[in-house]
Amino acid sequence: MMTENNKPILEVKGLKTHFFTKRGVSKAVDGIDFSLHKGETLGIVGESGCGKSITSLSILRLIPSPPGKIAGGQVLFKGKDLVTMSEDEMRRVRGNEISMIFQEPMTSLNPVLPVGEQIAEALRMHQNMGRKAAWEKSVEMLKLVGIPSPEKRAKQEPFQLSGGMRQRVMIAMALACTPEVLIADEPTTALDVTIQAQILELIKDLQNRLGMGVIMITHDLGVVAETCDTVAVMYAGNIIEHAPTEKIFANPRHPYTQGLLDSLPKIHEDQEELQTIEGSVPSPYNMPAGCRFASRCPHQQPICHEKQPELIEQNDGVKVRCWMYTDQWTAKMVKEEAVK
Amino acid sequence: MQAAADKKVLLEVEHLKQYFPVKTDSLFKPKAYVQAVDDISFKLYEGETLSIVGESGCGKSTTGRAILRLDEPTDGKVYYSGTDILGLNKKDMRKLRGDLQVIFQDPFASLNPRQTVKQILNEAMAIQEVVEKSKRMDRMQELLGYVGLPQEALDRYPHEFSGGQRQRIGIARALAVNPKLIICDEAVSALDVSVQAQVLNLLKKLQKQFGLTFLFISHDLSVVRHISDRVMVMYLGKVVEIADKKDLFDTPLHPYTRALLSSIPVPNPELKRERIILKGDVPSPINPPKGCRFHTRCPFATEKCKTEEPALRELDTNHMVSCHYAENFK
Amino acid sequence: MLMFIVRRLMQTIPVIIGVTFVVFFIMQLVPGDPAVLLAGEGASKETINAIREQLGLNRPLLVQYFDYLTSVFRGDFGVSLKNSQPVLDEILVRLPITIELAFFSILITIVLGMAAGIISAIKPYSLKDTLVMIVALLGISLPSFWFGLMLMYFFSVKLQILPVAGWDSLLHVILPALTLGAGGAAIVARMTRSSMLEVIRQDYIRTARAKGVRESVIIYKHGLRNALIPVITVVGLQFGALLGGTVLVESIFAINGLGRMIVDSIRMRDLPMVQGGVLVASLVFVVVNLLVDVLYRFFNKRIELN
Repeated sequence: MMTENNKPILEVKGLKTHFFTKRGVSKAVDGIDFSLHKGETLGIVGESGCGKSITSLSILRLIPSPPGKIAGGQVLFKGKDLVTMSEDEMRRVRGNEISMIFQEPMTSLNPVLPVGEQIAEALRMHQNMGRKAAWEKSVEMLKLVGIPSPEKRAKQEPFQLSGGMRQRVMIAMALACTPEVLIADEPTTALDVTIQAQILELIKDLQNRLGMGVIMITHDLGVVAETCDTVAVMYAGNIIEHAPTEKIFANPRHPYTQGLLDSLPKIHEDQEELQTIEGSVPSPYNMPAGCRFASRCPHQQPICHEKQPELIEQNDGVKVRCWMYTDQWTAKMVKEEAVK
Repeated sequence: MQAAADKKVLLEVEHLKQYFPVKTDSLFKPKAYVQAVDDISFKLYEGETLSIVGESGCGKSTTGRAILRLDEPTDGKVYYSGTDILGLNKKDMRKLRGDLQVIFQDPFASLNPRQTVKQILNEAMAIQEVVEKSKRMDRMQELLGYVGLPQEALDRYPHEFSGGQRQRIGIARALAVNPKLIICDEAVSALDVSVQAQVLNLLKKLQKQFGLTFLFISHDLSVVRHISDRVMVMYLGKVVEIADKKDLFDTPLHPYTRALLSSIPVPNPELKRERIILKGDVPSPINPPKGCRFHTRCPFATEKCKTEEPALRELDTNHMVSCHYAENFK
Repeated sequence: MLMFIVRRLMQTIPVIIGVTFVVFFIMQLVPGDPAVLLAGEGASKETINAIREQLGLNRPLLVQYFDYLTSVFRGDFGVSLKNSQPVLDEILVRLPITIELAFFSILITIVLGMAAGIISAIKPYSLKDTLVMIVALLGISLPSFWFGLMLMYFFSVKLQILPVAGWDSLLHVILPALTLGAGGAAIVARMTRSSMLEVIRQDYIRTARAKGVRESVIIYKHGLRNALIPVITVVGLQFGALLGGTVLVESIFAINGLGRMIVDSIRMRDLPMVQGGVLVASLVFVVVNLLVDVLYRFFNKRIELN
C-alpha cells in the first residue's frame, strides 16, 4: 500500500517533547523521526512509558503545558510545520485534517452531550455546516461506522451505549471531516477481543474507502502484525527500530525488539518458560549517556555505554539504532560475543 | 498430565449462581437481577491450573469472588477438599482462608499504601497464625527470595516499587500463609509484556515448588494458553466449554470459543487465518437471551438454539461443551 | 423521573414529623416558663397557674405534642402566646420577606461564586487565581455579623449610597443579601474551581481539544456543564446555612422576616410562634433540597442507571 515515490503526508523530524517538573526534566520523547504516506498504516509500539502516546499527542500539540513542552524538532504536515503554527491555525488542523481517537471510549466522550451533537460540533466548526446539515451528516457517519438505528442513537448520551459502540462513535467523530491522517492511540486496548476485531476491521475498511494515513499507537504486537504496514518500536523516548511489518516480525534486529517478541506467550505453540528482559527501563529524568537499552542488553559492550547509536538504515531498508549493526562493532567484539 | 482417575479433586463447584439485584426506578416493577453467574459446575484438580476465560461480563471474576465468599453466592455448593465452604461459619471460614489465597489485577489497589512490605507480610501471617512470632522475620526473608525481591524491600512502601514488583509483593503475601489454592484474578493483565513474562515464569516456578493449584482468571488467551492445564470458557454467566488446553486450542467445539480464538491478533504477519468476526455486542446479563445465550451472535444459530438451552455435555474425554451442534465442529 | 419525585416527596414526611418532634421537645428544655413570662413580673401563683391552665401547658408533654402535631397537619399552627394572633398569619407576613432575602442571597452565592471559580480555574496558580482564592478564603473565614456591620459602616455610614437598615426598596436588599450570600459565594467559588480543574483533566476535554474546539467553548460547553454537578449539591447545602444566617442578618439590618420573628419569639418564650417559625423554615429547606435533587438528576442522568 505504500507509495514510495510520493511525498509523505506527515513527516516528524527530530521531535523532542520534554516535561519540566520539580523533579527535573523528563525527556519523554527525545528526538524521533518518522514519516507517513497517504493510505499507509504506521504502528508505533512499545511498553508503558516509552513515549508512544506522548508522540501522538505532540503531533496535535495536545501535550498539557505546563509542564510539557515540545523542546525541539518539526512536525511537517503537507509541508507546513505544526510545531510553530499559531494556535488558531493549529485548531483548524485538529479534527479536520488530522484526527485522533483515544484508548478509553468510556471516558473520552462528554457524558452530558448527545453523541450526535459531539460529532456535529466538529462539522459545524470545520466545514461551516448549518445545524441541520451537520446533524444529518453525523447520523450518516454513525451509519457508516455500523451503529444500528443511527437516528435514535445520535440523540442518546454516551452512558446509553456499550464500550464498542462508543469507540465507533469516536471513530465517526474523528472521520466526520474526512481527515488525511488518523492517529489511533490504543484504540482497542479497553475493548474485549471480539469487539477489538470488529473495530480493527472497521478502521481498515474506512481507511481503504477514505484513503487516510493511519498512525496506530499500541502495546499489542498482535494488533501491529495484523494492521500495520510499517512499525516503529520505541524504547525510552527513542525509536530503536523502524521497518516494514513482515521484516520486524521475521527478523527483529534490535536486542530490545528481539526480547519483546520473545517474551510474548505464543498462542500457537507451547513453551515451558518465557524469555524475559532483565532489568528495568531507565528513568526519563536521568537517561544514560550511551544506548538507553545497554544496561539490559545481552550483547552490551563498552561502546554501548559511552555513546548513543544513531538510527541507521540498513541496506534492506530496516532502520535500527544499535552499535551491533555499525562498523564500530569490530571483529573482536563479535568474537567476545561468540564466547559468551 | 495424569490420568483422570488418580487426580484428586481439590475444589468442586456445583450449580453455582450469583445474582445481583438491580435498582429499578419504579416501585411497582418487579425487581431485576444481573445473572452474573448462572448455574455453573466444574472441578479443580490438585496441582493443576484451570483458567477461566471470557469477555467482560461473562462472570469469570464473579465466579472467583463467589468461591472465596467475597460476595455470598445466591445458590449452589462449593466443596473444598470435601467440605462445603458456603456452609461454614465465620470462624471456620477464616481458618480456611489460609488455604485459599487470591492475587488481584491491580497490586497497587490491593496493597495498603501506608504499610511497609514487612508489615504487609507480617499481618498476613498474624491473621492465619501460621508462623510463630520469633520465626516470622526468617520466613519473610525466605518469601522475598521465592518471589525474587531483594531483602531491602522489607522496609519499603508499595509505591516505591514498579508494577511488576508490586505484583511480586502480592504473590509473596499470598504465599505467606502456605496456601493450597491461589485464585489469580487478571493477575498479569496490567503488566507490560516483558514484565508479564517474568511474573508468569515466577507463578509457574512457585506452582512446581509448592504444589500449588491455580484458578487463573484472564481475558488474555495467549497467557491462558501458556499457563493452563485446562481451560474453561464462559459467556454471559454460563460455561460454554471446558477442555484440556491442547484440545481447546486445537479443536474448539463451541462457536463462541472458535470466534474468540480467531479474534486474537497474532503477532505474526505471515500467518493468514480465517477470521470469524462476531456481529454486535454481548447482550445484557439482566435479561439474557432465552435458549442458548450465544444465539444472538452465533453465525450457526437455528430455531432450536433460540428456545432450547443446550446442556454442558462431554463430547470427548474431558472435553465438555454446551452447544446443540458441537459434533459438526469436530 | 416522576416516580423519583413522588418517592422523594414521600421520604420528606418522616423528616417533617421528626422536625416537629425535635423542635417541640427542645423548646421544652429551654429554661424559663412561658406562663411566668406572660404573667409579668410579680404576678401571683394563682395568675400563673390560671394562664397555664388556659393554655394547656399543664398537660403531659406527649399529649401536648400530639395535640400540636394534629393541628399542624390541619394547617393550624396555634396562636401566639404574646398577642393571641394566629401563628400562621404572622408567618405568612414574614415568610415572603425572608424568601426574598434568601433568593437574592443565593443569587449572589451562585453568580459571584461560579464566576470567581471559573476565573480561577481557567489559569490555575496564576496571580488572578491566587487573588480570587485569597478573597474566597476571607469570605469563608469572616463572621457574617462582623462583615454585615462593616458593609453597613462603609456603604451606608461613610459613603451613604445605600440605606442602613429596613426593607422598603431593592436598594435595601443589597447589603443584607451580600452579607448573607458572601460566605456561600466563597464556598461555591472554591468548589467550582476544584470541580472545573478536575473536569479539565478528563479524557473528554482532551477529545474536544483534539476535535479543534475553541478554548472558550471547551470551558463553557464541555467543562462547565460537567463541573456544575457537584456545585449544585454545595449550593443546596449552602441554602441550609443561609436560612440559619437570616436570623442574624435580619437582626442586624432590622428586617422583619421569619428569622427575626423566631429570635424575638424565643426571647419571649412564645412557644407556638417559635415552633411554627422553625417548622416553616424546615419545610422550606426540605423543598429546596428536593429541588436540588431533581436538578442534580437532570444534570447527571447517569445516576438513574446506578
